[in-house]
Amino acid sequence: MSTGQTLAAPSVALKAEAARGPALAAAFLGLVLVFGVGFAGPSVIHNAAHDARHIHAFPCH
Amino acid sequence: MFRRIVFAAVLGGLVAGGIASAVQAVRAVPLILQAEVYEEAAEAAKPHDPAASADHQHEADAWVPDDGWERTSFTVLFNVLAGIGFGLLIAAGMALSGRGGWKVGLGWGLAGYASFVLAPALGLPPELPGTESAPLIARQLWWVATAGATAAGLALILIRRGALAIALGLALLVLPHAVGAPQPAEHGGAAPVALAREFILIVLITGLIFWIALGAFTGAIYRRLATT
Repeated sequence: MSTGQTLAAPSVALKAEAARGPALAAAFLGLVLVFGVGFAGPSVIHNAAHDARHIHAFPCH
Repeated sequence: MFRRIVFAAVLGGLVAGGIASAVQAVRAVPLILQAEVYEEAAEAAKPHDPAASADHQHEADAWVPDDGWERTSFTVLFNVLAGIGFGLLIAAGMALSGRGGWKVGLGWGLAGYASFVLAPALGLPPELPGTESAPLIARQLWWVATAGATAAGLALILIRRGALAIALGLALLVLPHAVGAPQPAEHGGAAPVALAREFILIVLITGLIFWIALGAFTGAIYRRLATT
């Protein structure tokens, strides 16, 4: 996590290496959220997210 | 690092979702409400088809937010959740590339707009309620494939570079449209064409505002968090 910052001048490659795990985890979480908002099947979620889906141009109905 | 990504995405999502909700409440939601009046009128005029009414019955049984503040609150909530979700993708991209700031974020936002709004809208224009369309699952699959192919194509062209990467990236940009989006047997809808056209334009504009705000704010916050 913060170990990279304690080094004097970590190379870009080193930083990217350390960031890979957390970045992929965050991206996965982001995809789960987007799918929940845009594609989740249950009627209750569909009805609650209805206007947001139309406005973000997700396929709806 | 994970906390930094999440923090930037949550703040960026709140700002972008909030701004987009305000614009939408004035420009987009009234069009949806108008379209629903046409949709209900068309439903009522339809001769009763047992299969369709069973389907309708099923929808009617499920909970629906009340019109007014309840419906608006859920729209704001889901706008913010979408903002946080897309913001996580942007902040993750910044972590991987090691570059933040509002200008870099703006670039990510525009790439997101191209991938998640423009490219899918080319084949599946934003629809008002009551519009004729192909089966939902086919449209969702095409939407996801198109967004993914466009994002991957842009990454190859803008980040990987090199002749082969650019050629492959361009192919990925074109491929979903060469295959073509699933289309309904006949086009049309309950709402007048002018209303449907206005809705497409409003969605494309509010989407651009949303993505610009999301990219710029997520990028700016991501960079600020580096110094704390």
